[in-house]
Amino acid sequence: MAGAPLDLQLLNLCAALLLLLSFAMLAQRRIVSLVNLLAIQGALLFVATLLLAWRTAQPHLYFSAALTLALKVVFLPWLLHRLIRRLQVYWDTEPLLNISGTMLLGVVVVVFAFGLAQPISHLASTATRNTIGIAVAVVLLSFVTMITRRKAMSQVVGFLSMENGLFFGAMSATYGMPMIVELGVALDVLVAMLVLGVFFFQIREQFDSLDLHHLETLKETHTGEPARSSQEHG
Amino acid sequence: MELLVLLMCPLAGALILGVFGARRWAPELNVAISLATFLAACALTVRVIGTGDLIVWREQFFIDPFNVFLVSLTALVGLTTSLFSRPYMRVEMEHGRVSAGRLRLYHSMYQLFMTTMLAALTTNNMGLLWVAMEAATLSTVLLVTLYRTPASLEAGWKYFILCGVGIAQALFGTILLYFAAEKTLGAEGVSALLWTHLNAVKGQLEPAVIALAFVFLLVGYGTKAGLAPLHNWLPDAHAEGPTPISAVLSGLLLNVAIYAVIRCKVLVEGSLHSALPSRMLMGFGLLSVVLAALFLWRQRDIKRLFAYSSIEHMGIIAFAFGMGGAVANFAALLHMTVHSLTKSAIFFTAGHASQKAGSQLMDNIRGLITLSPTIGWGLMMGSLAILGMPPFGVFASEFLILTTAMREQPWATPILLAALGVAFAAIFRQVQPMVFGECTGRRLPHPPALLPVFAHLAIVLALGLYIPPYLADWYRAAARLIGGT
Amino acid sequence: MKTTEVATQLLEVTAALAAAPLFLGWVNQCRAWLQNRRAPSIALPYYGIRKLFHKDALIAEGASALFRFAPYMVFSAMVVAAAIIPSMSTGLPLATAADAIALVGLFATARVFLSLAAMDIGTAFGTLGARREMMVGFLAEPALLMVIFVASLISATTALPAITENLATQKLGLYPSLAFTAIAFTMVLLAENARIPIDNPATHLELTMIHEATLLEYSARHLALMEWAAALKLFNYACIGFALFVPWGVSTVRDRPLALLGSIPLLAVKLAIVGAALALIETISAKVRVFRAPEFLAIAFLFAVLGLLVHLLLGA
Repeated sequence: MAGAPLDLQLLNLCAALLLLLSFAMLAQRRIVSLVNLLAIQGALLFVATLLLAWRTAQPHLYFSAALTLALKVVFLPWLLHRLIRRLQVYWDTEPLLNISGTMLLGVVVVVFAFGLAQPISHLASTATRNTIGIAVAVVLLSFVTMITRRKAMSQVVGFLSMENGLFFGAMSATYGMPMIVELGVALDVLVAMLVLGVFFFQIREQFDSLDLHHLETLKETHTGEPARSSQEHG
Repeated sequence: MELLVLLMCPLAGALILGVFGARRWAPELNVAISLATFLAACALTVRVIGTGDLIVWREQFFIDPFNVFLVSLTALVGLTTSLFSRPYMRVEMEHGRVSAGRLRLYHSMYQLFMTTMLAALTTNNMGLLWVAMEAATLSTVLLVTLYRTPASLEAGWKYFILCGVGIAQALFGTILLYFAAEKTLGAEGVSALLWTHLNAVKGQLEPAVIALAFVFLLVGYGTKAGLAPLHNWLPDAHAEGPTPISAVLSGLLLNVAIYAVIRCKVLVEGSLHSALPSRMLMGFGLLSVVLAALFLWRQRDIKRLFAYSSIEHMGIIAFAFGMGGAVANFAALLHMTVHSLTKSAIFFTAGHASQKAGSQLMDNIRGLITLSPTIGWGLMMGSLAILGMPPFGVFASEFLILTTAMREQPWATPILLAALGVAFAAIFRQVQPMVFGECTGRRLPHPPALLPVFAHLAIVLALGLYIPPYLADWYRAAARLIGGT
Repeated sequence: MKTTEVATQLLEVTAALAAAPLFLGWVNQCRAWLQNRRAPSIALPYYGIRKLFHKDALIAEGASALFRFAPYMVFSAMVVAAAIIPSMSTGLPLATAADAIALVGLFATARVFLSLAAMDIGTAFGTLGARREMMVGFLAEPALLMVIFVASLISATTALPAITENLATQKLGLYPSLAFTAIAFTMVLLAENARIPIDNPATHLELTMIHEATLLEYSARHLALMEWAAALKLFNYACIGFALFVPWGVSTVRDRPLALLGSIPLLAVKLAIVGAALALIETISAKVRVFRAPEFLAIAFLFAVLGLLVHLLLGA
């Protein structure tokens, strides 16, 4: 790798930093920091897409990079920050495992992800095929982040991080999906976030908190009856 | 042209109802739009049956016998559900469970949901299929939480997160599919994700990547189809939303998800020439059937009961598609049709029953036959139909599936029979006192809108007795398309 | 063995012995500047050691032979380590006796003797210090070993001089794996040498001590040797860091003997920069509570593992 051109080295650096960020998100408990880390992740994706666009001279990658910048670096973090301020959720509660345990689990997951991505890397013909393993690792680490959290907001950030990982995987394996698909995916993510915003307010209204243990009461023998007279306002 | 009307009609309806959805005539408008959609679907069907497969609009849309019957089924159930929802939502509004604003949301999201499902069914582009599936979930999340009760919020949250994570897996599978396709078809951009192109070259796709892609696609779309063990969101979402939405989710969305799985399976089988996809489908199918049958015993809420029944039937369908071959595929397609019709009919009656009794708990619903004979008989008939009693259509498809299983996968037959038996007992045990027990509720002045129920049940009965030749040919053509061992 | 090699070896050992207290003094000097105080003389550690040698040793009644023997053992271990680490030159004949992993073992030996001697007297503080020292060491060792693994993987050898030569001749570029391992190594350095944020070297509160608590019972020449050994340990760690991450300027066996003279000022410059950086880190960090030390070291281990994984996957 020492003799590789500068843009490939920068891409590798972006990938390594993405992995580091995913671990940082795993350990982070301040929700504001989580969203900032998500924004930095988006920025790294933007840089990586730009580098790839310059390297392969494919115009649709420039559009993709611009879309990433607009959506993942600017709009989504802004939306999440606004939600945090209005809902007043700043801290997550203790995660299920302690920090050291979570880190070790993360390492195991990363090794598994690298193994999973091996056959794909072998078959890929892109210059960035080595970073597919890191993309899969980011996806799996975000998944671990999601399941070790209790606050709804942290789970959403984990979900968005998973999308980032998938996007990076698409980029390193196939130089990005067709433009129409990328637009569709971006639209879906955007609408999902908007729906979530509305949803959080509904949850907040009902439970006065965004702690998810309120949302774990539905069991097989749930006896909750639909309210006879619900609130009139929507 | 029919395709354009088919897709634009509900989309336009969604926009119009977004503005006018709370007016007095909004439900009628809803029905009118659904009717127009249904007519477009019929026209499209006639055209495809007559002239063969359609590939339109720069190859982005593709209609063949497999999805055209699903399209007409979707449009039909959409129409009847909108007919049902007309008086039902009026009553809900009178009870104060929905406000004007929420009614607007309900109507526009309903039509948007129809659009996304039809788009998912007719698209040729695997990436757009993904986009449409995700959009279908998103358009119904806010509908599941329409009543804003704690339980419905929890159901909506589970629905959103679990389906979101599942669909992310499916996205990864799609990326892998694109990756494999690019190597064979070249980086032509959009055409590498087109199903028709992929189908043509499926023998040359890289087996290792395709196998991995199929695993992710099955897990992803299987989550949306309610296959165990990823089914956790289904009972809650189907039980806590308004009844028309339960009917549509159970009857239509699950079908579309299975459709997505089967489209992928066709590609994968052509590439792998191994039994991996079949075995996985059969495994997941059997697991769903067994789990659902066991869980059916503990249910106390009527809609949850029938939601688990949906999981069970989806398991049977998946198992049948897993077995493959002309007969099993035919039976699975037939089962998709009759299950869709029967389940929505049941949800209609269950909705009315719970509306009358004021509660969804089965302990509180009693004596429907005396309270309102139409609802009572409707529920009884529907339950008998879904449990696989002859002469309803479900019996025919289940019989075909079981006989094929006895021939080809004998080890699975006792499991299936046992699960079906357990489910029969569990459901019948609950339905019998509901229909014939002591009457406790009071009569509501509104006549229940039960025409859709009996229309569905009539179709199911007819299909059980006699499948018209054009329909049989239709199914056979689709079964041939799906192939399998 | 050529005379130049023997001379190089002796020169290195004496330079390490002589420069270690100076390095410590420099770090204290920088800390004082950053904290807006007037610093003591930079040669203060020398005066301290000299003063201690002149005093009479006072040994507790229950002390065993181990107690008297330990300071010499620890000191020799550090000297041997200094002899192996290629701080100025890679042409060290003694280096063939031990590779990088054995080097870690040398540090472990020193730590074991230190802890045993601290527990020897039987006081509460001694045992407390010994237990904490062992905990920190036990957790820091995997991280250190992982750092060495990464370097060994890149250079296909575990002998430290060979690693240095290999890394010095590689093309300049961005190596994320080395960056991560450098961060891990810095964290291990801070932990093992009892710097903030793990341990405050200037503290007088026994309950917060880790390393200092093991030295409470020593006096005179024993204490002098222990203090010198601690300074040597810091010097050694800094030189290991240079050997792995900043390997340029180290003269090799093939160079002319006079090249050695060129590498000495370069080493001095590196040490000066690192000393200032160390003082900066100490000033801006706060000491973490003892039960959070494992978390700190887990993060160090994580960085090292990340470096390994990135290297394995990306080859960078």
